[in-house]
Amino acid sequence: MWDYSDKVLEHFRHPRNVGVIKNPDGVGEVGSMACGDALKLTFKLDAQGRLADVKFQTFGCASAIASSSALTEIVKGLTLDEAAQVTNQDIANYLGGLPEQKMHCSVMGREALELAIDNYRTGKTAKKILEGKVICHCFGVTEEEIERVVRDNRLATIEQVTNYCKAGGACGKCHGDIAAIIARVCGEQPPTAVKPPPAPRLTTLQKIKLIEETMEKEIRPALKKDGGDIELIDVVDNRVQVALRGMCANCQVARFTLKDVVEAKLREFVAPDLVVEEVPS
Amino acid sequence: MNNVYLDNNATTQVAPEVLEAMMPFFTDWWGNPSSMHVFGGQVRKHVDQARQKVAALIGADPSEIIFTSCGTESDNMATRGAVDAAGERVNIITTRVEHLAVLEPCRMLKERGYRVMELDVDGGGNLNLDVLRQALSLGQAVVSIMWANNETGVIFPIPKIAETVKAAGGVMHTDAVQAVGKLAIDVCRMPVDMLALSGHKLHAPKGVGALYIRKGTRVRSLMLGGHQESGRRGGTENVPYIVGLGRACELAARNMHDEMTRVAALRDRLQQGILATCPDVRINGDPANRLPNTLNISFLYIEGESILYHLSDCGIAASSGSACTSGSLEPSHVIRAMGVPFMAAHGSIRFSLSRYNTEADIDYVLARIPEIIRKLRAISPFAPV
Repeated sequence: MWDYSDKVLEHFRHPRNVGVIKNPDGVGEVGSMACGDALKLTFKLDAQGRLADVKFQTFGCASAIASSSALTEIVKGLTLDEAAQVTNQDIANYLGGLPEQKMHCSVMGREALELAIDNYRTGKTAKKILEGKVICHCFGVTEEEIERVVRDNRLATIEQVTNYCKAGGACGKCHGDIAAIIARVCGEQPPTAVKPPPAPRLTTLQKIKLIEETMEKEIRPALKKDGGDIELIDVVDNRVQVALRGMCANCQVARFTLKDVVEAKLREFVAPDLVVEEVPS
Repeated sequence: MNNVYLDNNATTQVAPEVLEAMMPFFTDWWGNPSSMHVFGGQVRKHVDQARQKVAALIGADPSEIIFTSCGTESDNMATRGAVDAAGERVNIITTRVEHLAVLEPCRMLKERGYRVMELDVDGGGNLNLDVLRQALSLGQAVVSIMWANNETGVIFPIPKIAETVKAAGGVMHTDAVQAVGKLAIDVCRMPVDMLALSGHKLHAPKGVGALYIRKGTRVRSLMLGGHQESGRRGGTENVPYIVGLGRACELAARNMHDEMTRVAALRDRLQQGILATCPDVRINGDPANRLPNTLNISFLYIEGESILYHLSDCGIAASSGSACTSGSLEPSHVIRAMGVPFMAAHGSIRFSLSRYNTEADIDYVLARIPEIIRKLRAISPFAPV
């Protein structure tokens, strides 16, 4: 079971303001069947332009129902301008927090409210229309929406973005785009590979010893599995001269083995500028 | 408040007889079965007896039973072990509705370059054997197809599938975790090479399972580092749990037929009661071809987690294929593979019974469900007014 707060469970068991207002001033509908949650929000204004009555209908899990219920309680009595300031974090806070994976329920509440206000102001009755570049095609989430949840909730990982707005939760193809958005919003550059510290200068003897050790530990076991072996012939400056033995000696792919395995390992463990050469034995 | 447990495909209550059989192995007989002294020797005897009981339940020879830590380990050992032993050119055939204990190892092997074919099921959750034959015609294969589905209870015709696989020269593994203890199984009468079972699905505790490996089947071990289980699964035997599994299998062999007849009648009573009181529901999985204890049913317009929480408030335990219950964002891969529409998939509930359920349990559940469904539909934007 989820670690729901008492307040979430209480609003789930006894949701406030359920229903649809007849002749509403604003209507907002978000969500979809595929996503597994949907929310319809309707409101009526009083003479002072305050939200006099707000009602909801929700298809979704316990926290989706609780978030919708909480939203209606939060915005009742507010002006439209005040209501427009409500964030998904306000909804979560009102409920004493939501499990991280359920934060998207609070985002759905905020989105429905936004659409309902927009509907009142512009007369547009559209359900959530995908505007701007769609990043997550599985759940239909746009760049703008992802930016918004990242900014409002100070998100730092792709997993968090998925928890908050579902983007990236299915096929995962958009993970690169989401990472770029996070980096942009956080004002950071995408992480670049950390440069290894410069290798200490080795004397030729030390170098030979280290090469021998690396060959023994990292390279020979792999070659021996295929019945091969390798021998160090000489080291001239940065050129490591070796001879292949056993099965490797006649192997057609030995040249690749030298470049891919032997040279890579030696560069990793000894010095980054080493070049491996095969010499006739 | 009543407590009604209808989630037996997730795990079952440990039978009192099983616990009783296990207790002396925590207190008096704590020796290592491998030891060359009387502490070990007397324990070895009981491990051997447990092996005989497990073998007897499925018609195997005791030497063909390997004890493991769980069903997942058994499935991993069977799939990965058989592919490892078969070499690099072998294909892997499984289905889209397998448990992840089979699907994930197969997908890992796919990443390593093996050709993996996941067979589709139809709307009732059944396989098309012609498609299996086609897949087998593409080359030598290790096949892993479950006996019965954990979510829908749908039963695959394993004897027929095994014959098809063997006729094509393949290796046949079946994940029978949900079938053992519920259905009569006799591996002598069908060419199954491997069969996985799990203790906690048949009233033994969690933490013990077994893999049947037919004599002569080549399987590479996963767990190295000991001579136990004829060198096929290293690690000191989990003696109390192995004894418990043996006792559970003994009970199942004796009582299964009568108990499952009674359980099926309870399940049918539950199904009919829901159909009679709740409009807009659908049964998931071929009703004519299911485990006797399982009912998977979708309540349209409402979502599974909400239903589970309301059931739980009434003391009723069940499970759901909805996305929200798993923490993932997509509904159950099993339900979706059957082509069940998204709304019905999100509103699917699995009731799975055991021999400990009574008529009173079912009547209690039937008395609570209509009100829960009505309440949630009153909140739903999709429910017809």
